[in-house]
Amino acid sequence: MNFKKRDVISIKDFSREEIEYILKYAKKMVPYATGEKHTDILKEKILASLFFEPSTRTRLSFESAMHRLGGRIIGFADPSGTSQKKGESLADTIRMADSYSDVIVIRHPQEGAARLAAEFAEAPVLNAGDGAGQHPTQCLLDLFTIFMEKKKIKGNNIVLLGDLKYGRTVHSLAYALALFKADLTFVSPETLKMPKEVINECREFGVEPNSTSNLEKAIKEADVLYVTRIQRERFPDAEEYNRVVGTYKVDNNLLKQAKQDLIVMHPLPRVVEIDPEVDSTPHAVYFKQAFNGVPVRMALLSLILGGKKL
Amino acid sequence: MKELKVTPIKDGTVIDHITPGNAVKVLRILKIPESTTSVVSVAINVIGKKGKKDIVKIENRELDPKELDKIALIAPKATINIIRDYEVVKKHKVELPDEVIGIAKCSNPTCISNAREPVQSRFQVICKDPPRIRCYYCEREPEDIADRII
Ligand SMILES: [Zn+2]
Repeated sequence: MNFKKRDVISIKDFSREEIEYILKYAKKMVPYATGEKHTDILKEKILASLFFEPSTRTRLSFESAMHRLGGRIIGFADPSGTSQKKGESLADTIRMADSYSDVIVIRHPQEGAARLAAEFAEAPVLNAGDGAGQHPTQCLLDLFTIFMEKKKIKGNNIVLLGDLKYGRTVHSLAYALALFKADLTFVSPETLKMPKEVINECREFGVEPNSTSNLEKAIKEADVLYVTRIQRERFPDAEEYNRVVGTYKVDNNLLKQAKQDLIVMHPLPRVVEIDPEVDSTPHAVYFKQAFNGVPVRMALLSLILGGKKL
Repeated sequence: MKELKVTPIKDGTVIDHITPGNAVKVLRILKIPESTTSVVSVAINVIGKKGKKDIVKIENRELDPKELDKIALIAPKATINIIRDYEVVKKHKVELPDEVIGIAKCSNPTCISNAREPVQSRFQVICKDPPRIRCYYCEREPEDIADRII
């Protein structure tokens, strides 16, 4: 298995075996990610962190990951002070960053930007989200969270809830979960159903997802409940939004019907989908999930930059 | 060539077996009539041996590979007949390559390939008949390919 110098643009760039390898390596990174153990396996390495749109959580977890491995960071958190504002092409910015660093992390508002960056950079490129496109490290940390909490991914009954139509990160996650042969249930308002292509991809791996609008029924069987935000801007009128948003609220009353060891995940930030009363229950793993971004990104950076094995 | 309802040509190209109704799209791809002074004949809904089809005949013009790829995107069963001195000197089917570069525009307005970057549009051909293509950059599939051809 060779990760050295590889670009990470889409979760589909990895085989199931490769994903398993990354998850197992990420597990080893946990004590280093918490600061309990120390390492400098990426000493002398420089990461260019290019955030053409703000995304504090993703940026901080990449930067924390690099620091925890002893590496250094250059870059920007917001494009307003860069030459892009003066009309420089992304290709040129990438060529410049490429000559200053060993690995490039890019977040960009346009779909396909990371793929384009990878064409112009010698250094490996990690996609930290491109518009409504791919966000492979988010997908990996979601898988890692299930792997850590449930010890395995296969065989779990996983409910994906919320806006399944527009959320492309949920599409990648459905693909990856099907690759691991998890049982999938899609719960969404009628207007925000999972697209056919995604369902077809799941079928190609022999997984037949259930689709329903009935959360109460779906929750009884669930081992994992993955909640996503419904975006207000998807709806032409506020009334329709409020109706849809109100349909699915995860609170302690709903969770009474769930298995005791059900875990509730959310990529954050949440708005109203999960009542804060859930936070103090053992079901809530979304803050742990956010932390998991660090060991997962540490594992990727280390593998791609060919750091000494831990 | 007997089935043709229009008279034979001396030199040029006959595009046969065009998906019925798509002859006009083929003309648009070839920038006809704007970019030609040659005689062009179009037959729509001609009954052939395998059902209905459209035919386009262009005098004094042979097509370049890029134009052939574009035709394959909207008429995957088309055949190209090169005519010299009333004889068919070459006859072949159009065939889509596995990847098409610089011939169609991505339908996603926020795709990086539609920004001012030094790259050509690039699509993976995921099905040749009926033609289906997927943007290399944003991974989206344009719905009406004919409207996307540059
Ligand atoms: Zn595109």
